[in-house]
Amino acid sequence: MSAPAVIVDRLNVSFGSSHVVRDVSFEVAEGESYGIVGESGSGKSTVLRVLAGLNQEWGGAVTIFGKAQPKVRDKAFHRAVQMVFQDPYGSLHPKKTLDDALAEPLAIHGIGDAERRIARALSDVGLPSAFRYRYPHQLSGGQRQRVAIARALVLEPTLFLLDEPTSALDVSIQAEVLNLLQALRQERKLTYILVSHDLAVVGHMCERLMVMQHGQCVEEMSAATLSARKPETAYAQALLVASEGFRRQG
Amino acid sequence: MSQAVTPLLEVDNLKVNFHTPTGIVRAVRGLSFSLGRERLGIVGESGSGKSMTGRAILDLIPYPGEVLADRMLFRGEDLLTMPKATRRKLRGRRISMVMQDPKFSLNPVMTVGDQIAEAYRVHHKANAREARERTLTMLEAVQIREPERVYALYPHEVSGGMGQRVMIAMMLIAEPDILIADEPTSALDVTVQLQVLKILDDLVTSRSMGLIFISHDLHLVQSFCDRVIVMYGGKAMETMPASELADPSAMARRHPYTLGLLGCLPELGKPKGKLSTLTRDPEWLA
Ligand SMILES: Nc1ncnc2c1ncn2[C@@H]1O[C@H](COP(=O)(O)OP(=O)(O)OP(=O)(O)O)[C@@H](O)[C@H]1O
Ligand SMILES: Nc1ncnc2c1ncn2[C@@H]1O[C@H](COP(=O)(O)OP(=O)(O)OP(=O)(O)O)[C@@H](O)[C@H]1O
Ligand SMILES: [Mg+2]
Ligand SMILES: [Mg+2]
Repeated sequence: MSAPAVIVDRLNVSFGSSHVVRDVSFEVAEGESYGIVGESGSGKSTVLRVLAGLNQEWGGAVTIFGKAQPKVRDKAFHRAVQMVFQDPYGSLHPKKTLDDALAEPLAIHGIGDAERRIARALSDVGLPSAFRYRYPHQLSGGQRQRVAIARALVLEPTLFLLDEPTSALDVSIQAEVLNLLQALRQERKLTYILVSHDLAVVGHMCERLMVMQHGQCVEEMSAATLSARKPETAYAQALLVASEGFRRQG
Repeated sequence: MSQAVTPLLEVDNLKVNFHTPTGIVRAVRGLSFSLGRERLGIVGESGSGKSMTGRAILDLIPYPGEVLADRMLFRGEDLLTMPKATRRKLRGRRISMVMQDPKFSLNPVMTVGDQIAEAYRVHHKANAREARERTLTMLEAVQIREPERVYALYPHEVSGGMGQRVMIAMMLIAEPDILIADEPTSALDVTVQLQVLKILDDLVTSRSMGLIFISHDLHLVQSFCDRVIVMYGGKAMETMPASELADPSAMARRHPYTLGLLGCLPELGKPKGKLSTLTRDPEWLA
């Protein structure tokens, strides 16, 4: 077996006096897709931000592709590891057209052939090329999220950190984006860590997943356990029940 | 239900156009509906005009957008012809909207608690201490743990789901007659989502609020709403009782677009290699 792509060992993160990630450990194999689900505010995005090198205050050990990660990462790292953010508005510059947004990472990393790569990334996420000169405010919420995914794709990363990549998307675009992510993973042996609160999406995309609550990992399980609705902890079971929809009492 | 009374909202032939250098974008093309004291769901794909419908009701369509309608009545009063100042007063107080991008709609340099408190004081006579207390109660109501701590956080310091609940708290504190909630729970985990929906549900039943619930979560809309409008390309494809949305025995009556949407969903316990995607028919917009 190849070495794990990601090893997180007793990760801890605090903001001032609040301890938001507590002793979280997990491993993700190369080419695997690993899910993180759990309570809102339980530290899921924070874990991804630490992995992406966007958060410099943390304790514990993070190893990515066999290399122990320092707090500050180098340029090669920021090309190989891409994150798609939960909040599509926040991750796009309001005064830059889509074309600028996609050309910028290519320029930073000195990658040529921008024209072709941008056109391909836009078509991969199902955006018409006529959108290239639009600004973020001229797009719907789901269209903005697709730009964010396209922007990560142009760099052809090997580890993809996906924070609720489809929660702003309608189901048809979600299906297109999920199919695209699956195909890319097979073609290019990519490794994914996917945060989502949609258990069906995690069950569809991931082999294993972790459930977080109060900054801790409360359970790790296989997708098969999830699909069979047989988790061990009460919290994971409550999530499954809640995912069945709204029930009006009385 | 006694629905003989004037509806809260009546919209006839609503159109939203954007005049751009490359041509007219028709975001909403002739939508008509009415809203009673009920939960009305709007579903439909990205770009189908859901948010623009909500914004048009509030008169918040950004430049260069234009809103046209034959009629747009709020409790029988004509929104289109009333003075701008009167309409502005309705906004936030009588008709509120929880925007789709919560963090973008918040002021980045003011704590989230102060923003909610300010919203309260705009609409109610209250001193700073009362407003603060109402705010903390509201944060607790939307299931925020440690409301005191969160009160003092800036928007960039709250998680995605906390941001959404802050927005909901801010819109509900004014006790509006109509709440337009644009993907209000898309960033919440499923248990918190149900708790937040319970609050909205109580407001509809106990305070007779009218709720327009924009969402792409078909199962949630089916289980939560009374009626649902399915939108595509700025038009309503069909309107139906929400319980029929994914009801197998009602499938024969469903619009092909609605069936297409349902087919795209991944399902727990029913592994699918590749998800189906939509094949769109130009006839739908004819
Ligand atoms: N810069 C910051 N300053 C202070 N607290 C922060 C900061 N960033 C995050 N937090 C806190 O850390 C906790 C975890 O946040 P995080 O965004 O990781 O949650 P999450 O699991 O992604 O939640 P959600 O599902 O709602 O997105 C929250 O309580 C949040 O308020
Ligand atoms: N300023 C603008 N200029 C041109 N077109 C615009 C502008 N703002 C919005 N649009 C277009 O109007 C259409 C409707 O947008 P709207 O935001 O209502 O979609 P939506 O149904 O809410 O989608 P989503 O589910 O992705 O949020 C979209 O195709 C969008 O690109
Ligand atoms: Mg998050
Ligand atoms: Mg929208």
